[in-house]
Amino acid sequence: MKKRILIPILVILSFVSLFVGVSSISPIDLLDFQSEETQIFLISRLPRLVAILLAGAGMSMAGLIMQQLSRNKFVSPTTAGTLDATRLGILVSMLLFANASMIEKMAVAFAFALAGTFLFMQILDRIKFKDAIFIPLVGLMFGNILSSITTFFAYRADVIQNMSAWLQGDFSMIMKGSYELLYISVPVFIIAYIYANRFTVAGMGEDFSKNLGLKYRSVVNIGLVLVALITATVVLTVGMIPFLGLIIPNIVSIFKGDHLQKTLPHTAMLGAIFLLLCDILGRVLIYPYEISISLMVGVIGSAIFLFLLFRRRAYA
Amino acid sequence: MRNVHKMMLLAGLAVAACALYLFHDLNGSFDYALPRRGVKVFAMVLTGVAIAYATVVFQTITHNRILTPSVMGLDSLYMLLQTLLIFFLGSDHVTILNKQVNFLLSIAVMVVFALLFYRLLFKKGNQPIYFLLLIGIIFGTFFSSISTFLQVLIDPNEFQMVQDRMFASFNNVNADLVWTSLAFVAVLIAVAWRHNASLDVLSLGRDAAVNLGVNYDSLVKGMLVLSAVLIAIATALVGPITFFGLIVANLSYQFFKSYKHSVHLTGAIVISIIALVGGQWVVERVFTFNATLSVIINFIGGVYFIYLLLKESRSK
Amino acid sequence: MIQVRELTKFYGKKQVVENVSVDIQRGKITSFIGPNGAGKSTLLSMVSRLLDADTGEVLIDSTNTKKMKANDLSKRVSILKQSNYMDVRLTVRELVSFGRFPYSKGRLNGEDEKMVDQAIGYMDLESMEQSYLDELSGGQRQRAFIAMVIAQDTDYVLLDEPLNNLDMKHSVQIMKILRRLVDDLGKTVVIVLHDINFASVYSDRIVAMKNGRVVKDGTTEEIIQSAALKEIYDMDIPIQQMDNCRICVYFNS
Repeated sequence: MKKRILIPILVILSFVSLFVGVSSISPIDLLDFQSEETQIFLISRLPRLVAILLAGAGMSMAGLIMQQLSRNKFVSPTTAGTLDATRLGILVSMLLFANASMIEKMAVAFAFALAGTFLFMQILDRIKFKDAIFIPLVGLMFGNILSSITTFFAYRADVIQNMSAWLQGDFSMIMKGSYELLYISVPVFIIAYIYANRFTVAGMGEDFSKNLGLKYRSVVNIGLVLVALITATVVLTVGMIPFLGLIIPNIVSIFKGDHLQKTLPHTAMLGAIFLLLCDILGRVLIYPYEISISLMVGVIGSAIFLFLLFRRRAYA
Repeated sequence: MRNVHKMMLLAGLAVAACALYLFHDLNGSFDYALPRRGVKVFAMVLTGVAIAYATVVFQTITHNRILTPSVMGLDSLYMLLQTLLIFFLGSDHVTILNKQVNFLLSIAVMVVFALLFYRLLFKKGNQPIYFLLLIGIIFGTFFSSISTFLQVLIDPNEFQMVQDRMFASFNNVNADLVWTSLAFVAVLIAVAWRHNASLDVLSLGRDAAVNLGVNYDSLVKGMLVLSAVLIAIATALVGPITFFGLIVANLSYQFFKSYKHSVHLTGAIVISIIALVGGQWVVERVFTFNATLSVIINFIGGVYFIYLLLKESRSK
Repeated sequence: MIQVRELTKFYGKKQVVENVSVDIQRGKITSFIGPNGAGKSTLLSMVSRLLDADTGEVLIDSTNTKKMKANDLSKRVSILKQSNYMDVRLTVRELVSFGRFPYSKGRLNGEDEKMVDQAIGYMDLESMEQSYLDELSGGQRQRAFIAMVIAQDTDYVLLDEPLNNLDMKHSVQIMKILRRLVDDLGKTVVIVLHDINFASVYSDRIVAMKNGRVVKDGTTEEIIQSAALKEIYDMDIPIQQMDNCRICVYFNS
């Protein structure tokens, strides 16, 4: 898994993504700036591509950071309740402020994502039996519970089908003006890269980090804030994308080991590639309709996750 | 002897709850309201017994008090089946309208899935139980991804039918089905009851159980299948109540200081009858609340679970 | 007599027990010694059916254990592993009562109660029989588990590193009890030991394993010899005779 292989794949897939869709656009159409094709291209296709790249890179990074900090390969926004906490946050913001602006929703969703992740880390601290498989099990249960709380409120407000629709990960609704929040991932990426070494050390444990003079708590907290920020923006703009943060870092770690600064760029790139691929498949498979990205990633992602699990058993 | 007194107290409460539900506000409607209420009470008792038994046994086998058999993905499978039927055949198709057909079909699908699942996993040698659970939960997520995707596409009027199935409800249970299920559950539990002492030994751990002459592997497999069948019956009859078993089993552990399964199984069953019948009475007649009982139970169960996780530092 | 016949066990591709045959004589303490990873615990687990062997068989008094019912076997052979974690809070007496499960299936009769009393008395646990196990020290808890095995009343008692996590005083106490089980009650004790000097002082026979195979099998006098130990541990270990004990002085060799 080399950068010089990943980068060309990424470029080719991006190109394909730009020119696949219901209204056919060819690169030549773009020469005419006034044409309808160019308008569609600028309003829908380009934002969609950018959104996919940012969401894919962002969610994979979030997963990688969580895995480093919790010292468990199977912890991720999906398996630690972060996604579900974000969803609850979005619902609460919808119910409390009927006409909430994107930024208000973002703030509430972020607060819930952070609180949920933090709560999970607290639970993790208190569980003495740190079996690699037991931890994600607790996390998934925790997520189920958060979503049952969400269901409770959604049921009372009679918005269950609506909510399913909002939170179903879906790139087909991405337009100019609705995805820009995702750019938050860019500074987050830079901070994550700067902190990479510190996360790696923190991953070796509290005592070990203190021995090296690292402020363990604050590094962990920064990591969790980054994770919550990415998750909240992605869920809010795109919807739930399960498993991405789980499988991508695991695949990269098989090839490149666990040194964060080395693996971070690869993880981000592979995440973007994987999501692009799922999105293109979803657009092509039942053309002219679309399979939502949640379903595509859910199906392919759970299959890969099962594979990783069995692989781990074989090597254990 | 104190456990005996506690048990009598609880049994008294359970009977009182049933009586209250049957006769409160009856206004002499012995011919019309009473038989209908009677069917509902039987349905609740039946659900309570099945879920309580399945959960306590499941927790013993998995050596864990914060799991429920629902993590095996049966709830999600049930929802997927209902969604698929409504999506592809329509809400006026016989498999949806005819409750007997739907009931048998649901049980068949869930039990076949559970059997295939266990067979597949046990064939690969003895996998650790958490591994099995994690796979189950992934299947659950997988099923929910598909359901969510279809639910968004379903016509809003049809979705009402799906939503009715999403939450357990005792309001329109079919009387014939109650009697059939009652017979099933009674026979299953009567057969299983003689294994109580072996289950006591099981809580000493696998090695100790084998040392004491328990056929560990066959007992565990048998009990896993049994709890899956019980959950399937309860779910097909009234709908999914994911976290109910978690509450009643843990209340029983807190209430009765004993290691004996005969005590905890009875305790959990009686507590679940009080919770279901009493809860339904409160929801129906006192609050006339805008939510079904199962949504509230999942909500309370969820909060209780998080409390358990935070409190239970000695949890394994 | 326990006859182990050509037992083999693989973990993945790694062979941890390789074609092991050994006889364990009645009425004796037999210790299994050897370096870490020699396959001692795995062998013991296979003999006691906690683990299925890949090939080979185990005969107990000439009967193949595979042909015996689990319940009957549990009246002949008991096994105590090093880790005894539990889900439930039990008192000492409740734990010891579990030893009668093969006979009573959870419903103890008068004779069962008598056996439980005896086992508790034998391990000197009367004063704490109503205490919960998690309130006891490591040594007391280990004694409670041994009491359970005594209540199980089997001819053969297998123990996997019972001295782990015990201090010197309790280790000696446990070994003395095991000696009495053999001398007074005529049991056969098989034990995996880490400390070669405990093996030397308390056992009748010693089986030494290395890399999944039996490298030495004989009486304690035969094995506790510098030449034999050199073969087992790759160390030159002088032996000192003190009173009747042969002590291996391996600390500076």
